[in-house]
Order: sequence, then C-alpha cells, then structure tokens
Amino acid sequence: MVEFFTTTNLGIALLTLGQILLVLVPLFVALAFLMYGDRKIWAAVQMRKGPNIVGVFGLLQSFADFIKYLVKEVVVPAGADKFVFYLAPMITFITACIAWVVIPWNDGWVIADINVAILYIFAVSSLEVYGVIMGGWASNSKYPFLGSLRSAAQMISYEVSIGLIIIGVIISTGSMNFGDIVAAQDGAGFLSWYWLPHLPMVFLFFVSALAETNRPPFDLPEAESELVAGYQVEYSSTPFLLFMMGELMAVVLMCALVSILFFGGWNSPVEFLPDGIFWLVIKMLFFFFIFSMVKAIVPRYRYDQLMRIGWKVFLPLSLGWVVLVAFLAKFEVFGAFWARWTMGV
Amino acid sequence: MTVADFAFFCFAILMLVAGAFTVVSRNPVHSVLWLILTFLSAAGLFVLLGAEFVAMLLVIVYVGAVMVLFLFVVMMLDVDFAELKAGMAKYLPFGLLIGVVLILQLAIAFGDWHSAEGAEALRRSVTPDLAETHNTAAIGRIMYDDYLLLFQVAGLILLVSMIGAITLTLRHRADVKRQNVLKQMYRNPEDAFEMKDIKPGQGL
Repeated sequence: MVEFFTTTNLGIALLTLGQILLVLVPLFVALAFLMYGDRKIWAAVQMRKGPNIVGVFGLLQSFADFIKYLVKEVVVPAGADKFVFYLAPMITFITACIAWVVIPWNDGWVIADINVAILYIFAVSSLEVYGVIMGGWASNSKYPFLGSLRSAAQMISYEVSIGLIIIGVIISTGSMNFGDIVAAQDGAGFLSWYWLPHLPMVFLFFVSALAETNRPPFDLPEAESELVAGYQVEYSSTPFLLFMMGELMAVVLMCALVSILFFGGWNSPVEFLPDGIFWLVIKMLFFFFIFSMVKAIVPRYRYDQLMRIGWKVFLPLSLGWVVLVAFLAKFEVFGAFWARWTMGV
Repeated sequence: MTVADFAFFCFAILMLVAGAFTVVSRNPVHSVLWLILTFLSAAGLFVLLGAEFVAMLLVIVYVGAVMVLFLFVVMMLDVDFAELKAGMAKYLPFGLLIGVVLILQLAIAFGDWHSAEGAEALRRSVTPDLAETHNTAAIGRIMYDDYLLLFQVAGLILLVSMIGAITLTLRHRADVKRQNVLKQMYRNPEDAFEMKDIKPGQGL
C-alpha cells in the first residue's frame, strides 16, 4: 500500500492531490471565518455590531454571502473583452492558491519541499498583479482601468522592498528553503527568532505586506471615494467572489510569511512547550488580527505619499540593511546572531 | 514515455503555440498575454532541466516586471493596430522568405556540427555536480567568486545606462502641482485649525 503511493505515478499523483486538498479545504473554511472575524473586528473598533443575523453571533454570515455570490447573475459589461474578463479573477484566485504548496506547517509538513521556496513565493506573488491589470483593462471602463494602473504600480514598487528584506533573512540563514529558515530560528525560545536580529525590517516587511496585498491604509486600487471600487467595479457574482477570496488568501499568506520569516514558524516561544503546527496557526491569527486593526484605525494614504514611502524610504532602508547584514554575518558579529548558517543547519 | 517526457512535450507544445499566437493575434494586449504564457512554459522547461533557480528568475524578472511594463505601454498606447496589421498579406511572402533563409542557414550550421575532443568535459568542468550542491549555490559561486569583477562591471554598465536614460528624459515642469512632503510633515494642528465652543442657537 505504501509502495503504491511512493513509487507508481498514479499513486504519487493521488497522494499529492490528497495533500493539496488537506491544505486547501481547511484553508477555505478558515477563510470564511477570517472574513467574518475581519468584519467583526472592524465593526468593534467603530462601535458597530457587525454581522449578527445569520447563525449564532452571525457566524454563518460568510457562508450566506458565499451562496449569494454563487447564485447571482454574472454581468459582463458591453464592450468588455470577455475572455480576459473571466480570466482575470481566475488568475488572482489560482495564484493565491498555488503559493501555499511551499509553506511548511510543521517540521516536514510541506507539499513541495523545494530549494528555492522563497523565490517561488516571490514569482507567484509577482503573477498576482496580472489579475488586477487584466481585470481593469478587460472591463472597458475608466474607473477600473485607473484602479488597475495604480494597483500595478503599487504592487511592483513594494515587491522590491519585500524582496530586499527577504534577502536579509536569506543571508542570515544561508538557504532559501522555509524548513531551513525555521530550523535556523530554533533554539532559546522566542529570543532566537529572526525578529530580534532583523528588528527594523519586521516593521518594514509588515507595512510592505499591507501595500502588496492592497490592504488599507494602502487600498488605493479600490479607494471607493475616488475610484468607486477600482478594478472590481464591473465584477459581480462568482468572478467577484474569486477576486475577494484571492485577495484574502494573499493576506493570510503574508501572515504566514511574517510568522515563518521573523517569528519562528512552528517553534514554540518558550523552550518547555513542544513545537507544533498550532504555534504557526496562532502566530498567523495574531498577525491577521493586526492586519484587521490597521484596516480599522489608519486613514488611507494619498497616492503620492504611498509611492514616496515605497521608493524613497523603504527601498534605501532595506537596501542598506542588506549590505549591513551581509557584513554583520560575514564577520560573525555577536557570534551566530546574524550568521545562523554556522550553527550547522 | 515517462512523466518528465510528457511534461516536456506539454511545455514545448504550449510554448510554440503561445509563441505563434503572440505573432498572429489581432489585439496587442492578447499578444502580450500569449507572450507571458510563452515565458511561463520556458520556465517549466528550465525546471525540467533541473535549473529551478533560473526558472524562478525568469518568472520574477520577465513575467513579473518586464511584461508588466510591456502591458502598461501596450494598454496606454493609442495606436490603431488593425491598420498597422493591414499590410500583413503584402509583406507575408517577404517575411516567409527571410524565415526560410534563416532556417537554411541554421541547417547548414548544425548539419555539419562536430564537437571538439574533450568539449563535453570542458563544459562539465564549469558546473559543479548537482548532487553535491544546489544550483543556486553553484551559480552564486560562479558569479560572486570566480567572475566577481565581470559581474560588477556588468552591473556598473547597467547603472550608467539607467542614469543616462533618466537624464535624457528628465524635465522639470512648472505647470504641475507638487507636494512638499517635509512641509506637510512639520505642519502643526495649531496652524491648521482652532477649536470653538459654540453655544446652541447662536452660531459664530
């Protein structure tokens, strides 16, 4: 039986399919409740009740929304490029899904354990911008087009600083594999995680992640007071649902990245407690909470402010940090504080 | 046929078809999208070769950055591409002729192709054994240890060309409103507004 799943082609395909379902199905269910949690937190900050009708405390609100999105009519604007119009939400959704194959949930619990996992994440997240551009262009309307142009510029700008910040972590670890990165943070509890040696970059990464996923305060592609809803204006029903789920999954992915790169992944914060998947989930939930709080309490940035922060503040800071970390790691300042590859990963 | 062979044929056929559609599709935006599919298939071929680092770089640099700029330009251009393509039938024989000549030249070159003695060994000596090291580390060692100077000089040339391009196109326009960020940041609430205690029914 074991041989069937490890040696034959059909067995390996079935095994991989099972693993994918094992990751995606809980993720989709979690997404429904994260959406609900996001709205509840937002409501609580604004002293509203939030969703409270469907189910106990409104817990089933997301499922009701889901059914509504599925059964409504799909409206395609006149003059729209039909093929690209339908392709755009699919690209957003699929790229958000396939990024999860390299995320490790526990020691060895990963679908594809590849050497260039970080580059893979980076490549997939750079594909995400196409959903936005194509959606805006195919709608054949001014607001979506302007929104998609803004969004594309924004996502490209912040990808640069995210990449440079990640390079710092790669220099410290000496590997692009997430398993190695988490293993390098193992040791004296939460003090050996990367947030301490890479402290300034944690904040930069978090803000860049907000901008990269088009979350408030950087939700300029959707700025409803200026652009109605940006590239999503003409979308309704299931295509809109795909856009929304794709965006939310990208946010959760960023939560997972922050947890893995800077906060030790599945390592427990104190030594006497066992490591495990629940630590990663708790960290991801915590960062999702912070994402929601930022959405609720920070006013939206102006577009020129956003570009200025991206290119004139974050880019020089992260570039300088890469050079600094390279020196600190090379000359092993404070022993293995920055140079974790010497610890025998 | 193994799975790798099957994947190779899938990627190769997809790449050729997408490349053909890049040329023949009427809408330039569609052309760019087909070109993106071509790049993705090429990345798949690199993965099959075991060069996953190059594959990822291809996706990040070409698909993630260069093609986005392409798409930007093509979407913003106000050119009637149908008119540009109208002369296609007229130039098609000429284009085909050039294609045939190119194929003939390649056939002449590769039809009589001999490898020197030990060429294979020479080629292998540059690349370390993939069983010992990841290809990311191997490329890094070659670029940053063996050929550091060449690599840095190439970077310097790119920097110079970038500065040149910026200098050529930079112009200061007086009729555009500019934001003075420092002035905005050092603004105090006291300068901007004052609090008034207004009695009901009186107004200011």
